[in-house]
Amino acid sequence: MNISLEPARLLPLDIVRLAAYGLRARPLRVVLSALGIAIGIAAMIAVVGISTSSRAQLNQLLGELGTNLLSAGPGTTMFGEAATMEPEAIAMVGRIAGVEAVTAIGLLPEAKVYRTNRIPPSQSGGIAVYAARLDLLDTVSARIAAGSWLTPAPASFPAVVLGSRAASRLGIGSSLIGQPIWLGGRWFTVVGILEPVSLVPLLDLSALIGWPGGKAFLDFEGDITTLYVRTDPAAIESVRALLARTANPEQPNEVDVSRPSDAIAAEAAADVAFTGLLLGLGAVALLVGGIGVANTMVISVLERRAEIGLRRSQGATRGHIRLQFFGEALLLALLGGGSGIVIGAIVTAGYARLQGWPVDIPLWVAGGGMAATLLIGGLAGLYPAMRAARLAPTEALSAT
Amino acid sequence: MSDAIISLRGVTRAFAGGVFGLRDVTLEIARGELVAIVGPSGSGKSTMLNIIGTLDRASSGTVEIDGHDVARLKDSDLSALRARRIGFVFQHFHLSPGVSALDNVADGLLYTGVGRAERRRRAEAALDQVGLAHRLGHRPHQMSGGEKQRTAIARALARRPALLLADEPTGALDSSSGEGVVQLLLELHRSGTAVVVITHDRDLAARLDRQASMRDGELVDDRRRTA
Repeated sequence: MNISLEPARLLPLDIVRLAAYGLRARPLRVVLSALGIAIGIAAMIAVVGISTSSRAQLNQLLGELGTNLLSAGPGTTMFGEAATMEPEAIAMVGRIAGVEAVTAIGLLPEAKVYRTNRIPPSQSGGIAVYAARLDLLDTVSARIAAGSWLTPAPASFPAVVLGSRAASRLGIGSSLIGQPIWLGGRWFTVVGILEPVSLVPLLDLSALIGWPGGKAFLDFEGDITTLYVRTDPAAIESVRALLARTANPEQPNEVDVSRPSDAIAAEAAADVAFTGLLLGLGAVALLVGGIGVANTMVISVLERRAEIGLRRSQGATRGHIRLQFFGEALLLALLGGGSGIVIGAIVTAGYARLQGWPVDIPLWVAGGGMAATLLIGGLAGLYPAMRAARLAPTEALSAT
Repeated sequence: MSDAIISLRGVTRAFAGGVFGLRDVTLEIARGELVAIVGPSGSGKSTMLNIIGTLDRASSGTVEIDGHDVARLKDSDLSALRARRIGFVFQHFHLSPGVSALDNVADGLLYTGVGRAERRRRAEAALDQVGLAHRLGHRPHQMSGGEKQRTAIARALARRPALLLADEPTGALDSSSGEGVVQLLLELHRSGTAVVVITHDRDLAARLDRQASMRDGELVDDRRRTA
């Protein structure tokens, strides 16, 4: 039979209204089950946001410090002893095409640092003493936190500049610039303190004295521990290839060449693996949130049988009932997902700010969060919606 | 199109376990008629309401509502029939709590595909028709039982149905509110709507033009009031 009646119709806008109405009637339940989704999404957004912000910070740092620094340190000899390089290496490396600056430090293995000469010798605090070339500061992008760097004049005076951690171990703050410390069996005056040196962290726990000062006051013979080389960024690989052979032509295998910025880049990469793990945890939280939504919707269908029956008597088709409950589940998930994104963004911004990082929440993360929410909400709403639609109108109406 | 709004021929509705809701019922109700289906509880009245209202299907026999053979309609066609042609009034009103009378009535038009503004306009007219023009913004808990039932009638009316099915419409009301509801149903009948009232109340049934009496799922008596 061909029915001559105009079919029952539900306007799209009314589906949204129905979903909102269903949720408004039970606010506490809505808040609690949306919270499950919100926590999952917020966790995922925060994990990704914090990790990308941290990477943005590292990249910014790399941009500032430059990735064109190479270090060449003596490795070990074939017999396992610490190797050194001859002082001439500085001049030889400086002649490699593409090298912009060369500087060096030399370890004084016997010298120990104490706050005063009354400290027992065993309490040296692990601070290493290096003789430093004056161009060290610029070449490794180090900055002075307080006082000043070694200058040509004090290079022959007993002056010392402390790394940041060395200064705090000795209990020397910026107000104590000009104080004497007991270094290598004589008094040196602290003229400056460095900020933490990102590219060469070993300087943080060091006491740096001038190259001539080392020779004049301590038994420094001028042997190089590590060379630091700034290159033309385009020439870094070619310089790297020549560096070991140039620095120690007789025993090139005793020279360890590395690129300090690689350590920072590796840190950023290591972060990715860790982020994956946390992201998985966030996904589990989201899944649990989805189950919460499904649970809420199943209960809602059971409680609202009379409403379903009434709607059927008013002309709602099975499809309309299905749409209503499916829409309600989607809206519930969207509420959770939306607040999750906001919470995640706030947590990310707060944490990044605390760390002094730039805030970086990629758009794909927010989009992905929203897509995950819709997927979870849809899956969670599917079964309850079908169940509501299958309910026979008579059965639904008798449930008063 | 036939003159009958309802035509049941040899209709049986059997439930699981060998229980019969209806047994071989044949009944014809003309357009615009005012009929009581009366009987004690368990007599099959409610099954009758469900079958006539197309909420349930017969196990055997032919059910024609408004000229449509119900057995041959899909769920969506039945829904269309209910949305366009049939209005229901229930004993316990089935109003949405926390929603104003106006919106309760307007929501009765939800599945006709009419926009919200138009639904509200029609709802206001229907509430005016049942004498509740002053109660538009009231919510169910702020209204008396009689007012709630009149709101429910307005909700059925707003769709301008050809057939109004009322299931114990005065069952939950005191006698004076009940009287108001009865008057309203009589008025609706006068305006041309077929009104079928399902009730166990013989006094109420006696005031309608025709009484179809049921017992144990069978139609045992069908008489017209001689005016």
